Amino acid sequence: MSAELKLSPPVPPFQRFLDTHREEVWRFLVASVGPVEADDCFQETFISALNAYPRLRADSNLRAWVLTIAHRKALDVHRGRAQRALPVAEIADVAAEDGAQRMRDEGLWEAVHRLPPRQRSAVLLRFIGDLPHRDIAQAIGCSEEAARRSLHEGLNKLREVVLT
Amino acid sequence: MKEIEKMLANASLTTPEHEAQAAQAAQRFSAHAAGSGLADIGYASVDSPFGALTAAVTDDGVVRLAFPEEPLDQVLDRLALRLSPRIVEAPARLEQLRRQLDEYFSGSRRDFDVPLDRALMSAFAQRILTATSAIPYGSVSTYNEMAAAAGSPRGSRAAGNALGSNPIPLLVPCHRVLRSGGNLGGYAGGPERKRWLLELEGALTPRP
Repeated sequence: MSAELKLSPPVPPFQRFLDTHREEVWRFLVASVGPVEADDCFQETFISALNAYPRLRADSNLRAWVLTIAHRKALDVHRGRAQRALPVAEIADVAAEDGAQRMRDEGLWEAVHRLPPRQRSAVLLRFIGDLPHRDIAQAIGCSEEAARRSLHEGLNKLREVVLT
Repeated sequence: MKEIEKMLANASLTTPEHEAQAAQAAQRFSAHAAGSGLADIGYASVDSPFGALTAAVTDDGVVRLAFPEEPLDQVLDRLALRLSPRIVEAPARLEQLRRQLDEYFSGSRRDFDVPLDRALMSAFAQRILTATSAIPYGSVSTYNEMAAAAGSPRGSRAAGNALGSNPIPLLVPCHRVLRSGGNLGGYAGGPERKRWLLELEGALTPRP
């Protein structure tokens, strides 16, 4: 029993981590890559998380950590699309035809899809992930100032597209 | 002012539909992680006449069976601490055990045929509990005999402790070990359950 006390407190059992963060990861991915590819990204995100999980420090910010992984998986999808040169609008149409995309704010998310990668991630990590600037910077691998700027520019662009 | 921020906040996809989709995606993930060996431990709830037991299994076998009084979170926290935090819910992996427990509780099964993982037992506890596993259905033994079988004839108190902290009750039948002189002795699941199990197995005559 005393041996147990000497160990540092562990990360929570993975299932609890999954249940705690599945919704924000799902929403982040639906907004970032669309409902059709969200599931593949979701599975890959948590597979990566499970692989790295035992090496994680117990005091890690798990929410920021898993959203960082989700952000990278989403980036892979967007890169793949760019290589296939498939216009974003077309993807949104396909999704809508599937009946899977029944978002009330389709226009807004479509505009988010069209943002440059860093601005898109900054906007989504802020408004869906609810992360502070410092964690956004860490997720996308830039300075806090650069993250703040990306978020600001992204919001300006959205304002132009959506509100005019 | 700040209209776009408000729109983004309101459109953040927090609908019951998205909640359900996230839950389904998480379920698919857990099933896959448990089935493919990515996770180290799978667990599930198993119904019994005592209430819902928590069962946990590793690649080597059943590592833990917990009575309903022990909260699920506590069972999982201890497994994470002692073995691995890579734990997912995996009802499919516990299907065989579920079936055998049903048969046992209905009286149609005398022996369990599932592999066991003894990772949560000390070396001494393993010796005691290996001796315990050899007590046949319908028979009983004593703490003294278990201690002797484990090679420490004077360690009946230590044997009692090892039996009391048996991580896999029922499958390792510690309920078949009584005090010398016929007193039932303690049981992690409660003395009433010990009596109930011994009556089920025919080792004790039901009280009138």
